Amino acid sequence: MTVATTPSAATLAEVTRSNAALRAFLHGLPGVDKVGADARAATLGTRSIKTTAKALAIDLAISMVDLTTLEGADTPGKVRGLANKALRPDPLDPTCPPTAAVCVYPSMVAEVARVVKGSPVKIASVATAFPAGQASLKVKLDDVRDAVRAGADEVDMVINRGAFLSGRYLEVFEEIVAVKDACGDARLKVIMETGELVTYDNVRRASWLSMLAGGDFIKTSTGKVQPAATPPVTLIMLEAVRDFLAVTGRKVGVKPAGGIKTSKDAIKYLVLVNETVGDGWLDPHWFRFGASSVLNDLLMQRSKMKTGHYSGPDYVTLD
Amino acid sequence: MPTKDAQPARLAVRKTYKLFIGGAFPRSESGRSYVVSDAKGNFVANAAQASRKDARDAVLAARGAVAKWSGATAYNRGQILYRIAEMLEGRRDQFIAELRTFGLSAAAAVSEVDASIDRWVWYAGWSDKIAQVVGGANPVAGPFFNLSAPEATGVVAIVAPAEPALLGLVGVVAPAIVTGNTVVVVASPDRPLPAITLAEVLATSDLPGGVVNLLTGSPAEIAPWLASHADVNALDLTGVTDHGLAKELEVAAADTLKRVVRPAAVDWSADPGIARMTAFLETKTVWHPKSFEGAKGSAY
Repeated sequence: MTVATTPSAATLAEVTRSNAALRAFLHGLPGVDKVGADARAATLGTRSIKTTAKALAIDLAISMVDLTTLEGADTPGKVRGLANKALRPDPLDPTCPPTAAVCVYPSMVAEVARVVKGSPVKIASVATAFPAGQASLKVKLDDVRDAVRAGADEVDMVINRGAFLSGRYLEVFEEIVAVKDACGDARLKVIMETGELVTYDNVRRASWLSMLAGGDFIKTSTGKVQPAATPPVTLIMLEAVRDFLAVTGRKVGVKPAGGIKTSKDAIKYLVLVNETVGDGWLDPHWFRFGASSVLNDLLMQRSKMKTGHYSGPDYVTLD
Repeated sequence: MPTKDAQPARLAVRKTYKLFIGGAFPRSESGRSYVVSDAKGNFVANAAQASRKDARDAVLAARGAVAKWSGATAYNRGQILYRIAEMLEGRRDQFIAELRTFGLSAAAAVSEVDASIDRWVWYAGWSDKIAQVVGGANPVAGPFFNLSAPEATGVVAIVAPAEPALLGLVGVVAPAIVTGNTVVVVASPDRPLPAITLAEVLATSDLPGGVVNLLTGSPAEIAPWLASHADVNALDLTGVTDHGLAKELEVAAADTLKRVVRPAAVDWSADPGIARMTAFLETKTVWHPKSFEGAKGSAY
């Protein structure tokens, strides 16, 4: 399922000159075979990963987690607790890797920074009027600058789905470009909210649009909309980053977020990554899980593999 | 005129005996089954042979059901247990036939089924009385009340006795669930049919899914996983006949501080008493001020 008419890097520079050109390009991308994508993702989900491979997969998955709390009820104390958990997911076991990042609202970034400063754990902040993104560009950019000033290493923005769905692609594009500019050195994750994009074709289009505009990561969902991340949607995004790398030479990360609850789910995604884009993406720098509850399940599975008996929720933190 | 012999012989619909996990009847995750024979050694049915992953799934289902079941009112739990007795009564003949398959005489089968139905009713009555028997107001030398109330332990793993197949099973399951625990039961491997039929009764008695989970297969294979499982709170070894296995299970259970009921000979037809209920209860003691202090301007 590669791009049939491979666009050259030169043509890509042309396509963002006008809305019509962008529209022509995005709609010229080959359509997604929905049945094929669903079947492919389901087949890859049946791979059996056991023993040492499972142990490696669990540790890799832990190191890819963007430990997230995005609730109105978040308090500095809760966020600090989560940041400490990101540093040492299993306090009893120093061989357990830290998570990739802690993901919070901009107002909580400074609180996270106090805990994780000097550690490999990154600080990710949602911004641009997350989760709906229904605010003026000025407000969104201020939101981003605020987060970066507070110390965010990564910014998770939401695209303007209203504009995207009504075909105003250039508006979406320019907004991402502006946000990327406001990010400075921070890496930009572009949340497409695939649950609101309706079709797989739109997921492919939004992926290309986000990458063309300079997103360092494409991310499925805010976690506030059902369905959130699904394997077929992630498959389509992985194919998009693979094709984008082939055309432009620029590598983009992928982050499924929301709905990933069990170790089994997480390992299915790792299989999907390995089989679609190869092990170049099996690295926390290029692939992340936006989740919180999956970490506890990964820790319980990890403990099961080490102790030989099943663990339980009484032995992990309540977040 | 067609004779009786001309009627095409009807093919009997054979029943698939499956596990009971989370209110559903799945096959074993392992795909295994084993042959169940009657008292004379003839084939009766294939039963699912549960694996450790079925045990894990059952514990997950039981854990998921704890909050709702232990949070239900005692009255409601009693009504549901009584409903189980009603449903069992409706299937009396089926249970009698199944018990006879395993060698019981007609009279013995009838009396065991009747005793089982009565046992549900007996325990149903205890749901709203046990707190008054084992809890209460404690006399203290201070200006406050001190109250003790029993609470469910949580998830109880049970190895059911082989004999009597139905009354023994009811005798271990009913006292555990009446107080709000949820259970994972490993049924007797030789006589699993009454257990699976009982699961069908439970599934149609308004009992929330996951409160009782029933596994058929080898206790020696499944029970060690339950005994060491950190999310199981108590272990009832009543049905374990192998002393070596019982010891091994107790040792495994000690690692996670489980309550353990040791294997012992039980006269199931006798008055059961409340020991099996209290075995899976924890006493919570709370204090409360005697008078309303708000009028004097305190924080109340």
